Amino acid sequence: MGSSRSSLSRVPDGQQLLQETGFSAAHLLRLHQRFQFLDKDSRGSLRSEDLEAALSENPIGVRIVGAFFQPGQETVDFPSFVRVLAHFRPTEKNRTRDGVQPDPADSRNRKLKFAFQLYDRDRDGKISRTELLQVLREMLGLQVTEEQLQSIAERAIQEADLDRDDAICFDEFRKSLEKVNIDHKMSVRFLE
Amino acid sequence: MENLWCVAGTIFQLWMFVVVFFIMLPAMFGLSLGVTEVYIQVLVKILEWATLRIQRGRQEQPSASVPLHTGIIERAGGSMEEEMWQLRCSRPEAAGAFCLSDGVYFCKKGLESIVEDQVTQRFSSEELASWNLLTRTNQNFYYISLRLTIIWGLGVFVRYCILLPFRIALASTGLSWLVIGTSVVGFLPESSAKNWLSELVHLTCYRICARGLSATIHYHNKENRPQKGGICVANHTTPIDVVILANDGCYAMVGQTHGGLLGILQKSMVRSCPHVWFERSEMKDRNAVTSRLRHHVAAKTKLPILIFPEGTCVNNTSVMMFKKGSFEIGGTIYPVTIKYDRRFGDAFWNSSKYNIVSYLLRTMTSWAIVVNVWYLPPMTIQDGEDAAQFANRVKSVIAHQGGLLDLAWDGGLKRYKVKDSLKEEQQKTYSNIIVGQNDIRTTKTCSETRGSIKLDQ
Repeated sequence: MGSSRSSLSRVPDGQQLLQETGFSAAHLLRLHQRFQFLDKDSRGSLRSEDLEAALSENPIGVRIVGAFFQPGQETVDFPSFVRVLAHFRPTEKNRTRDGVQPDPADSRNRKLKFAFQLYDRDRDGKISRTELLQVLREMLGLQVTEEQLQSIAERAIQEADLDRDDAICFDEFRKSLEKVNIDHKMSVRFLE
Repeated sequence: MENLWCVAGTIFQLWMFVVVFFIMLPAMFGLSLGVTEVYIQVLVKILEWATLRIQRGRQEQPSASVPLHTGIIERAGGSMEEEMWQLRCSRPEAAGAFCLSDGVYFCKKGLESIVEDQVTQRFSSEELASWNLLTRTNQNFYYISLRLTIIWGLGVFVRYCILLPFRIALASTGLSWLVIGTSVVGFLPESSAKNWLSELVHLTCYRICARGLSATIHYHNKENRPQKGGICVANHTTPIDVVILANDGCYAMVGQTHGGLLGILQKSMVRSCPHVWFERSEMKDRNAVTSRLRHHVAAKTKLPILIFPEGTCVNNTSVMMFKKGSFEIGGTIYPVTIKYDRRFGDAFWNSSKYNIVSYLLRTMTSWAIVVNVWYLPPMTIQDGEDAAQFANRVKSVIAHQGGLLDLAWDGGLKRYKVKDSLKEEQQKTYSNIIVGQNDIRTTKTCSETRGSIKLDQ
């Protein structure tokens, strides 16, 4: 009768998440506490407002929360919450309990997809000029004029849009980030 | 029926006897019978024993020990400029333009904030490194041994059935005598005798209230105690701070007028010595508030004002931004640091989680309140310093003395969901990078940063 089991029993799907995600029991407990803290009305699931509250100082906070939810999903429960966060552990640490290390390319792809969805809000697989302008406006706020915004967006599309369809698809996105160490730059390092 | 009244009568007489002779008289003279000291020592022995048992139990069962440092994720310490530069490493010519990789920076920051944000950490109670046998701190500890559970059960019984009624009775006695005493003193004509009596009444009743919380207070550097005509400034953890400070001296309280029981207390207190109570409408007018306080301070014979510049309760691990309003009044500032010993009970009032009644109940069912109060040397505003800088200076002195973290955040962040100015800061910094005013090439060359990334792996 392991002692970790008794405290993990309070966590929904605790044992399964332990196996699946490679988080330690201590981290799962801590994430559960965080989940409960964000879940202000104690519903057992988070709505986008709950997550947005934690991201109030991030210029693209609302988008990040949007990328958390699957299309059509209104709430996220604790196991889904942990699974999304598990994608962002550094690859070398992301071993599951069976010792199987997930494919680094697959993990990198998943992280890139998450970042792509930040830009591609309507999930049509392309970042259109309008979408790019929207993101830029959010990141820059009132600090730049409309003309500056247009020229910035223009330059960005010209650089990344290789097939000249005036939009950036996922492959083009991936190509423009191919030299970036996504695994390092987009991972959340949990302290042991 | 008559027997019941007789019994009630005897109990009441016995109670009054105990209170008057064992509590009130020593309180009047500032003496102590030493009961609380013995209690604390016994408690410390028991808690140490419990800690050893838990540690031994942990070694036998390798288990999920929850990391107890204040954070669970490692944050890259770089500024936005440095991080963006690393993200764009492949294209140094991209300076002064937007890159798709920029979104990754905000994304990572966002994910980190979802897992943990540093502001709200300060507004939740600090975790203990060991269990102090209170049910409420038992989040991470579990069944270890029968003996420990028995002791814990005994503890529950002692706290709820013996200590709690005693404390409630004592606190109500203290407060009601405060109301009666100050009203009586209020009838006397203005004279030094009245002031002396009023001080005596206030001190005695606050000491009775402190006994009602089993509070042990250690005062340090009493020579720096706030003088008349000064302003006493302290870090705020709980409404009980007032009782703690008022045990050693008389202060003029500042606050909003309330209705109900608190209102009665306020009205009677102001009869015997001048406290400063504001109507809700007056509070909005900052100039009116400042001028009233200024008048109070200018009359050098009035008691020192007690102000908590943080404006809200913080969890006693850090000191939040001091509102500069208190420092614009003028006069000498007497800083005071209040530090609670968490082993015996968490004094922090988390007003978003508990209302005042449940908070008081929790405090009265803790083991005790042990607190250290340091009086710091008086400070005055210097030439060329504005109120905000003076406030920061006082804040760092207070934080340094108590070993608390000196933070620049506004305590009001606890209440307001969106602080737009923080978002604007980020947007400003980012726009400087894009529009090219910040030269992000000044820090490192591209190959250096790539090399350091390799080492991390």
